[in-house]
Amino acid sequence: MIVNLLVFIFLGLVAIAAALGLILSRNTVYSALFLIINFLAVAAIYLVMGASFIALAQITVYAGAIMVLFLFVIMMLGAEKPKEVEQIKWQRPLAIVLAAAVLIEGVYALITRVALKVTTNPGTAILSDPETLGLSLYNKYSLPFEITSVILLVAAIGAVVLTQKSRKGSGN
Amino acid sequence: MESGLSFNLVPWVVFLPLIGLGINLLVGRKFGELFAGITASLAAGLAFVVAVILAVALAGHPEGVTVPLADWITIGSLTVRWAFRVDTLSVVMMLVVSGVGTLIHIYSIGYMHNDVRHNGDEGRFTRFFVFMNLFIAAMMILVSADNFLMMFVGWEGVGLCSYLLIGFWFEKGKDGIGNANAAKKAFITNRIGDFGLLIAMFLIFVNFSTFQFNEVFSQAAAVAADKPGVMLLITLFMLLGVTGKSAQLPLYVWLPDAMAGPTPVSALIHAATMVTAGVYLVARSSAFYVLVPTAQTVVMWVGAATALFAATIAVGQYDIKKVLAYSTISQLGFMVAAVGMGATVAGMFHLVTHAFFKGLLFLSAGSVIQGVERGMGHHSHGDVDPQDMRQMGGLRKQMPVTFWVYLAGALALSGIAPLAGFFSKDEILAAAWHAHPATFIVLAAAAFLTAFYMGRQLVLVFFGEARSEAAQKASESSKVVTVPLVILAVLSVIGGALNLPGLHTLEHWLAHTLGEGEPAHFVWLVAGTSLVLALLGLGLGWLIYSKKKDSPYVDPLKKALGPLFTALENKWWVDEFYTAVVLNPYKAFAQFMAEPVDLGMIDRIGGGLAAGTRVLAEGLRKAENGYIRTYGLWMLLGLAAIMTWLFLR
Amino acid sequence: MVPIVYPLSLAVVMFCIGILGFLLRKNAIVIFMCLELMFNAANLAFITFANQFQLIDGQVIVIFVMTVAAAEVAVGLALMVAIFRTKHTVDIDQMNSLKG
Repeated sequence: MIVNLLVFIFLGLVAIAAALGLILSRNTVYSALFLIINFLAVAAIYLVMGASFIALAQITVYAGAIMVLFLFVIMMLGAEKPKEVEQIKWQRPLAIVLAAAVLIEGVYALITRVALKVTTNPGTAILSDPETLGLSLYNKYSLPFEITSVILLVAAIGAVVLTQKSRKGSGN
Repeated sequence: MESGLSFNLVPWVVFLPLIGLGINLLVGRKFGELFAGITASLAAGLAFVVAVILAVALAGHPEGVTVPLADWITIGSLTVRWAFRVDTLSVVMMLVVSGVGTLIHIYSIGYMHNDVRHNGDEGRFTRFFVFMNLFIAAMMILVSADNFLMMFVGWEGVGLCSYLLIGFWFEKGKDGIGNANAAKKAFITNRIGDFGLLIAMFLIFVNFSTFQFNEVFSQAAAVAADKPGVMLLITLFMLLGVTGKSAQLPLYVWLPDAMAGPTPVSALIHAATMVTAGVYLVARSSAFYVLVPTAQTVVMWVGAATALFAATIAVGQYDIKKVLAYSTISQLGFMVAAVGMGATVAGMFHLVTHAFFKGLLFLSAGSVIQGVERGMGHHSHGDVDPQDMRQMGGLRKQMPVTFWVYLAGALALSGIAPLAGFFSKDEILAAAWHAHPATFIVLAAAAFLTAFYMGRQLVLVFFGEARSEAAQKASESSKVVTVPLVILAVLSVIGGALNLPGLHTLEHWLAHTLGEGEPAHFVWLVAGTSLVLALLGLGLGWLIYSKKKDSPYVDPLKKALGPLFTALENKWWVDEFYTAVVLNPYKAFAQFMAEPVDLGMIDRIGGGLAAGTRVLAEGLRKAENGYIRTYGLWMLLGLAAIMTWLFLR
Repeated sequence: MVPIVYPLSLAVVMFCIGILGFLLRKNAIVIFMCLELMFNAANLAFITFANQFQLIDGQVIVIFVMTVAAAEVAVGLALMVAIFRTKHTVDIDQMNSLKG
């Protein structure tokens, strides 16, 4: 039990540190790398909770595909060190205040409303099995599944269309 | 049963004139003047035939019949039907309206033929007959209604037709707008009266829960015992309506101005029928008035005062139609006084005979006017006013038929026995003598003045020497004009037979509807007095006015009475008084409401709302500054707010 | 094993850090990455509840979220590229033409 707790706390701290690194880093590439670390930490937490398929999917899709895409674009646009001149001065304090408020409220709500003794369960075989996931996905959630595939298709086409260089004459 | 079928004919008294007007409206122009005139006269004539059939049927079934036609309003506990009440009172009115109306229609064929040419718009001939038929229809609805609301429909309808017909030549008159102003005045003054009638109707509905005559009158005694104040209010407000429609004090001022309409209009609407609607209303509601002696007294005095007041003004008028107009107001005063006194039969009797001889007088006046216009020839408008009596004189030589019928009408109006007016006026005077001596004196004085101004008019128009070239060259009117005049003259002479003392035919006839009242007494003293007064009046008029005068014409009374005569000439300055006291302050008030209040404040509220919205919009626009992070910040703010709220719940 | 409060608070913290980053950074691509962080926090919460209630539905939803996030990233970055062609910057404050 205690090992689990310790592992979890370690992973949690890593995740938080990576997140902070993401938002505080001046270098965009460093931010991307911090985000990858965050994803990996969270994937480990998923594993702890018994969602093994999701954990690996997280690593493959998020860390492997999405972040690679991010890095491609960062490289392409040469956006490593942009100038940081604040346009709207009053936003920064207000944003910090509001985010802090949300944070405090959220955590406080959790602590007071959720009983501390409710714990996560060990990963059961059934729930970690991709078969269960697949059955649910293709039976109960088949419609969202199909729609999601359409979304992916649209995204792919959209990405191509948006980045097309406009031809001479038919510009937009 | 035979009478059942006859009674069911009653809707035709309304529908025949409507069909006539429909035909004239659609195809009247195409087929010429004669077609339009004959169609309209035929419609009125057939309505008269139906009325006669109804009267005959009623003779065997005298308590009257209600013939429902359609349901009109059904809301909650209120049910108003369009039903026709055929009883002795309504049939009398129907006969008068359609009978005299038909004669006037026939007369109008000839009269309007000349009038549209004199005024320069021949195309308007058909329109006249459309309006006239509409009037007959509306008047029939009024007299045949079996409930107050239906009667009010007819009441308003005749008011509308009066407006349309007074303003028939709407672009003519003083300053090009005089006729239109007269029409407006008639309508608005009537409206004030109608307001009174409406209040009375509302009170009736609140207290009786119904508008139907029979139901209302059967409950009248109970309600009067229960709430006497209400009954007084109802009768007094009804009186307001009567003063408007029947031209009594204080709302009579529209009738003299209404002479701006063509003469047949003055004869039909403003002498024989529409103005008698008020008298009919009081007669119909006699069940109310007998329960409220105070109201009866008020009505009686309103009538008597009007009779005397108008008679004095008639003495000082120079326009032939204005004299007759004030005479009408005065005679209506007699009728109203009669029904106020409770002598309802006498009032109705006078209504019928008055329709005969006043209709005759107006139509003959029209004939005289057109004769003078013919005499004017090509000098048409401008130098000579064809209606001014000071420019007439000696016309009995040029227009003999008109003279004789006019004489018959004048003698009947003055109350010379044995013509119709003598019997009817005498009955009223006898009732006054019996119960209200003070009223008798007032009415007798009015009767004396009536004879006097009629004598004055006869002499000025028909006797002596012609005072203008137009009068010298005047010529008699065509047969289509003179034949109805002769018929009316005959009726004026023999009309007294309707209710001869001793026989009391009309009284028995009306008793079926109005209930048995006191039979009228024939008091020889009163009869003799009224006859003597009439002869005195005529004689005095003859004496004063038949002296040869030189032009420009000055009325001999002017020197004799001085400032009093000036007051009479100026109709006691009543119109000026109303303008100063009522109209001008009202106009000032309207002006005040229009400019500072309406334009200033209320418009500004609307404009202010618009401006305020714009300012608000401008302000809110600043929130859209294009920076995505700002939008995200607002979202976060919303999120924090919702969370806080959920948190604190 | 682990009290459920901990993963959930972790999710909340990550979410708030994502919001902060979204509002405070000017680089559009970093802002996108903060969006991904927020998605991630939501996913964590879903998985936690799926574990607690022993239902597979939480995991299914996470699959969908990931898919849609991927699609969104693709389109978003394509948009960034397109904008960069005209504005030659990824400073998000420069993309303010839709102001009213």
